[in-house]
Amino acid sequence: MRVLAAMSGGVDSAVAAARMAEAGHDVVGVHLALSRNPQSYRSGARGCCTIEDSRDARRAADVIGIPFYIWDLAERFHADVVEDFVAEYAAGRTPNPCLRCNEKVKFSAVLDRALALEFDAVATGHYAQIVETPHGRELHRAVDPAKDQSYVLGVLTQQQLKHAFFPLGDTNKTEIRAEAECRGLSVAAKPDSHDICFIADGNTPGFLSKQLGESPGDIVDAQGNKLGEHKGTHGFTVGQRKGLKIGTPAADGKPRFVLDISPVDRTVTVGSRAELAVERLTASKPRWCGPAPTETLHVKAQLRAHGEEIAVTARLEDDQVLVEFDEPADAVAPGQAVVLYDGTRVIGSATIDTVERATQKV
Amino acid sequence: MTSSARRTVYLDHAATTPMLPAAIEAMTSHLGRTGNASSLHGSGRAARRTVEESRETIAEALNAQPSEVVFTSGGTEADNLALKGLWWARLAENPRRRRILLSGVEHHAVLDPAIWLAQHEGAEIEWLPVDQLGRVRPDDVQHAIEQDPESVSFVTLMMANNEVGTLQPVTGVAALAKAYDIPVHTDAVQAVGQVPVDFAALGVDAMTISGHKVGGPYGIGSLVVRKETKLVPIVHGGGQERDVRSGTLDHPATAGFAVAVEHAVKHQAELAERLTTLRNALIEGVIGTVPGAELSGDPTGRLPGNAHLSFKDCEGDSLLLLLDARGIEVSTGSACNAGVAEPSHVLLAMGYDDQRARGSLRFTLGHTSTRADVDAVLENIGPVVERAMSAGLQNVGRNN
Repeated sequence: MRVLAAMSGGVDSAVAAARMAEAGHDVVGVHLALSRNPQSYRSGARGCCTIEDSRDARRAADVIGIPFYIWDLAERFHADVVEDFVAEYAAGRTPNPCLRCNEKVKFSAVLDRALALEFDAVATGHYAQIVETPHGRELHRAVDPAKDQSYVLGVLTQQQLKHAFFPLGDTNKTEIRAEAECRGLSVAAKPDSHDICFIADGNTPGFLSKQLGESPGDIVDAQGNKLGEHKGTHGFTVGQRKGLKIGTPAADGKPRFVLDISPVDRTVTVGSRAELAVERLTASKPRWCGPAPTETLHVKAQLRAHGEEIAVTARLEDDQVLVEFDEPADAVAPGQAVVLYDGTRVIGSATIDTVERATQKV
Repeated sequence: MTSSARRTVYLDHAATTPMLPAAIEAMTSHLGRTGNASSLHGSGRAARRTVEESRETIAEALNAQPSEVVFTSGGTEADNLALKGLWWARLAENPRRRRILLSGVEHHAVLDPAIWLAQHEGAEIEWLPVDQLGRVRPDDVQHAIEQDPESVSFVTLMMANNEVGTLQPVTGVAALAKAYDIPVHTDAVQAVGQVPVDFAALGVDAMTISGHKVGGPYGIGSLVVRKETKLVPIVHGGGQERDVRSGTLDHPATAGFAVAVEHAVKHQAELAERLTTLRNALIEGVIGTVPGAELSGDPTGRLPGNAHLSFKDCEGDSLLLLLDARGIEVSTGSACNAGVAEPSHVLLAMGYDDQRARGSLRFTLGHTSTRADVDAVLENIGPVVERAMSAGLQNVGRNN
C-alpha cells in the first residue's frame, strides 16, 4: 500500500513512519507546516511547528529511507482550527483544537490530497488502535492508558478510518522511545509535545486576550450577587476552580467553581461543587465511527482529553445526542466533545452544547 | 507504484549535473597527495603546480588571464565576493556610489547579498524591470545609469536565468556601463557549457562560475575578475588568491574543476545542439499532451537544456511528488521559505500571478540526458497532471 506518514518531527510519528515502512508499505513522509510564522527553534517542549521540527522530521525520514516533503497547510489550519478555537472561546465555550485538527486538517484536507495523489492511506503517531472487523473498521483505545488519544480521534468517520493507520496503538510510550533509539532515530529523546501547538508559550489566556481583547465583566453567584470582576470571559472554562481571584470567601468556606460563562452580558457565574454537578447534556454535530446508533445506548462517555470514563445513557434524536449521566458529573464544559465508548471501542462523538444541572431541578 | 528497480530519470541538471568521469579521475588522483599550495617545500610545490595548471586551463577555456581566476568555495561565495567586494571598493573611492542596479530575476546568491548591503550598508537597490520572458532591456540599464552615473556602485546581470533559462544581454549592458566606468558582474553559473562564454569578449569586470554545474566537483567555484578591478576581500586570512580570497587551496578540487570546465567549453556547441533537439521534443511533447501547458521564458534566447513549463489548476509540489514517485526527478524552481515552498520570485518578477507561478515545473537537461529521459516524461506527464489537478481541486473544493 502507498502510505503517507504525517511526520511532526517528534518521536511518535517517526516510529509510526518507520513501522509502516518496515511492514512493506511504500511510505512517503510529509511534514505539515501549520504555522504562518514558524519559529526557528523549539523553546521548551511545546508545539510541533518550528523549522527545527521540520528538520527533525526530514532527518528521521532520511534515516528510515523514505521520500519526504513539506506540505503547507497553514491557511487551512488557521481557518479551520485557530479561528474556530478563538470563536468558540469568544462564545463562552471550551474547544478542543486537536480534535478539530484531526477532523478538518489531518483526516480531511491532508487525507483528501493524499488520496488524490495516489496514496491509499495516512499514518500518524497517534496512540489509538484500529481493529478490522467483517463490518468495517473499529477505533479502539491504545494499550497505553496514559497516552491514549482515541478521544481526539473520536471525530473520525468510517470513511476516514478506512484510510487511517495508527501504528503505535499497541505499544507503550516507553517502548516507543526505546524502539526509536534502536532504529537510530535521533528524535528518540525529544520531549513530548504538550498543550496547544499554535500557542508556543503555552499561555492560552494571553493568546486569547491578544485575539479577543479585554472585555471586563462581573463574576456572580447563582443568585446574581456580584463577587468580583474579570478581564474577559474567554479566560474561563466551566468547572475551573483556580484563578478566579474572588476576594470574599464563600459563606460555607468551600471552593467555588465556574458554572456558566455568558459572553453576551460578560458574566461568569460561579458556585459550589454541588451546583456544578450535571445530570444531562445535549450535544450536536455527531460524528460516528461506524453506523449511527438507532437505539438507546448504555455506555461510557469521556468529556475531555484524558478525562475519566463516566457511565451514561445516550440516544440520538434528530441530529442531537442526548446524554444522561448515571451519577451526576463534574466539569462538563460546552464546546468540548463527548466521546462515547463501548468498552475500548469508540462509538462516536458530538460537541457539547447545553448541560442540565442537578440543582436546576430543585 | 513501487519505486524499486526503476531507472532514475534525472532532469534537474540546473541543480547539479553528474561529475564527468575524467573530472573524478583528475580529482581523486590528487586526493592522496599531501601538499599545501602555500608551502615552500616539494610537496607544497607539487600542490601549487596542480592549482596553477588548473587555473591556466580554466582561464584558457573562458578566454581570461590565469591571474584573473580567483578560486572560491562555489558560486554563492563568488557572487558574495563580487557584490560585497565591489561595493566596498567602489564606496572607498567615492562615498556617493550607493546605487546597485540589478533585476528581480537574479539568483538568491546575488539577490540576497544585494539586499543585505541595502539593509546593513546603506546600498540603494535599483530594480531593473524584466519583460514577460524574463529579459532585461539594455535601454533600461542605460536609463537607470543616466539618472546619475556617479552614484552607481555596480551593475549585476546574470548570463542565463537558472529557473526559466532566459539569456540576458550581458555584452550590451557591459558595453554601455563601460562608457561610465561602472563595473559589471555577471553570474555565469548556468551558462558555462551550454552557451559560449568568453570572459574578455563579454566585457564584464567579474564573472561567477561553479564546479558542480559543469561536471566538476562540489564545493569549488571561481570569481573570474579583471586584474584592474578592485575588490575588498570578504574572507581574510593567509592572503591566498591575490589576497582577495584567503584559505588553503583545495588542489584536488581545482584539478577536477579544470577538467570539467575545459571539457564543457570544448564540447559546448555539440552539447547545445543535442540538448536543443531533446528539449524541443520535450516542450512540444508536453504542450501537445497537456491542455493549457505553457512554456515560460524566452522560446529562442534560452539555455539549450532548459524547459520550464507551467500547468493550469495544479501545484508544482504535487507534480514533483507524483513524478518523483515514478522516478522522474525535476524541480519546481521555487525557493523554500521556512521550509515551505514559496512561489518563485523569478516568475513573480516576470508578472506571473501566484497561482501560475505555483503550478510550474523546471526540467533541465545536461550531458547525460537521452531521448529515453524525454520519452519517460512524455509517457507520464498526462496522467500526472490529471492527478495533480484533482489534488488541487480537492483542496479548493473543501476549503469553504
